[in-house]
Amino acid sequence: MSKRKQITNIEEVGWRELPRAGAIVEAGNAAKYNTGDWRSVKPVWKEDNCIHCLFCWVFCPDAAILTEDGKMTGIDFDHCKGCGICAKECPTKEKALVMVDDSVTQ
Amino acid sequence: MGERVALTGNEAVSLAMKQINPDVVAAYPITPQTDIVQYFSTFVADGEVDTEFVTVESEHSAMSATVGAASAGARAMTATSSNGLALMWEIVYIASSMRLPIVMPVVNRALSGPINIHCDHSDSMGARDSGWIQIYSENAQEAYDNTLQAIRITEHPDVLLPAMVCQDGFIISHALENLEIEDTEALRRFIGIRSADISLLDTEDPVTLGPLALFDSYFEFKRQQAEAMAQAKQVILDVAREYETLAGRYYGLFEAYKLEDAEMAVVVIGSTAGTAKAVVDELREEGKKAGMLKIRVFRPFPAEELVDALKDIPIIAVMDRAESFSTQGGPLFSELKAALYETEARPQVHNFIYGLGGRDVRVEDIETVYTRLEESLNTSNKLDRVSYLGVRE
Repeated sequence: MSKRKQITNIEEVGWRELPRAGAIVEAGNAAKYNTGDWRSVKPVWKEDNCIHCLFCWVFCPDAAILTEDGKMTGIDFDHCKGCGICAKECPTKEKALVMVDDSVTQ
Repeated sequence: MGERVALTGNEAVSLAMKQINPDVVAAYPITPQTDIVQYFSTFVADGEVDTEFVTVESEHSAMSATVGAASAGARAMTATSSNGLALMWEIVYIASSMRLPIVMPVVNRALSGPINIHCDHSDSMGARDSGWIQIYSENAQEAYDNTLQAIRITEHPDVLLPAMVCQDGFIISHALENLEIEDTEALRRFIGIRSADISLLDTEDPVTLGPLALFDSYFEFKRQQAEAMAQAKQVILDVAREYETLAGRYYGLFEAYKLEDAEMAVVVIGSTAGTAKAVVDELREEGKKAGMLKIRVFRPFPAEELVDALKDIPIIAVMDRAESFSTQGGPLFSELKAALYETEARPQVHNFIYGLGGRDVRVEDIETVYTRLEESLNTSNKLDRVSYLGVRE
């Protein structure tokens, strides 16, 4: 664990308390930034078609494919930006991942 | 106490770098700085330093590699002149905004164009708002001493800003001079080992350095930089005192020469101070109360201290070896005059722009300045706000 002070809302912190030169001193804090909230399309996982090859996990440019014990378990919609790469790379004949309009489903 | 040797300014600075033994040096040669890189590369080739020497294809890369190394916690240095500094420009600002303690010898040379290889201060004066500490040297001795002190200044936790250590191209850099050099072991104890509180190589506690900062935080980081620069003043003085116990030589923020009872004074930066001191001595023998002030630290600008030293002198000539094209005089003039505005007596202050592109500054030229000061004070022949000394009319 980091011994450094963590900041939750930068706009509440004065210049004296902010880390010097804007250094991001908390490792992995990108997880706190929900990049999925500006998605326009989203993948839908059809579990019956899934062969758990994990191509989607490999190709996802974020870390939005959730797995457990080497098997796909779902999608992290807080971080999935809807790029569609997982659906494109999904190798099964009947796709296990398909993109749908997120504005309708939400 | 040191050993007396004869070295050029560039040799003296490269020797200082050898004694510093930086972790990384990334540099590109440019006249008149070339010797520094050349001599240092022989120290690397001969195994006299442990430095990782990065030969780069441009100054932009030199500064970039230095920034990367310093971000990783290394003691990293580079050196440049003139257009080389201009090519670094983007990364010069990034080095200071990332608060990296980089020491960069700058061998002052006129900026193009017309292309010119000789001394003026247009290169480093152009970088006066880049957030770097700027220390100017009168001679090779000072260039050597300032380079060593700059390591301690830049790495001080209250500062963590980069520093340019400036010397006049050719006039200092290529002139052989007698100076005193210090024992390497004593110097290494003085500078110590850099311990970075944040480092890109810290795998236990990883960090991201140099990220985007928009309207919600950029301003706060600039405020931090301004505070660090304000803190630097005291640190520079403390380091100077500590260096004095080692070397027996002390330099403050500036040097006041026969200023206490002076009725006229010249304020100058760099090698011309030596010429001006000779003229002051000459005038004093004639019974004229002439004085001189040499700026050592231009960034941070020691305004309060300068005002204290100059406030009772009726007339002052400020010498700028750089044109700012503001039409209101050179950079030193503008800042010093602004500082003196707050004094009650408000001395008469006049600007002389001189020595551009290496135009020689002779004893007679400085004599002319004092003569004009006397005339302006005592007769109706008043000085203009800005005069060009030594230009052909």
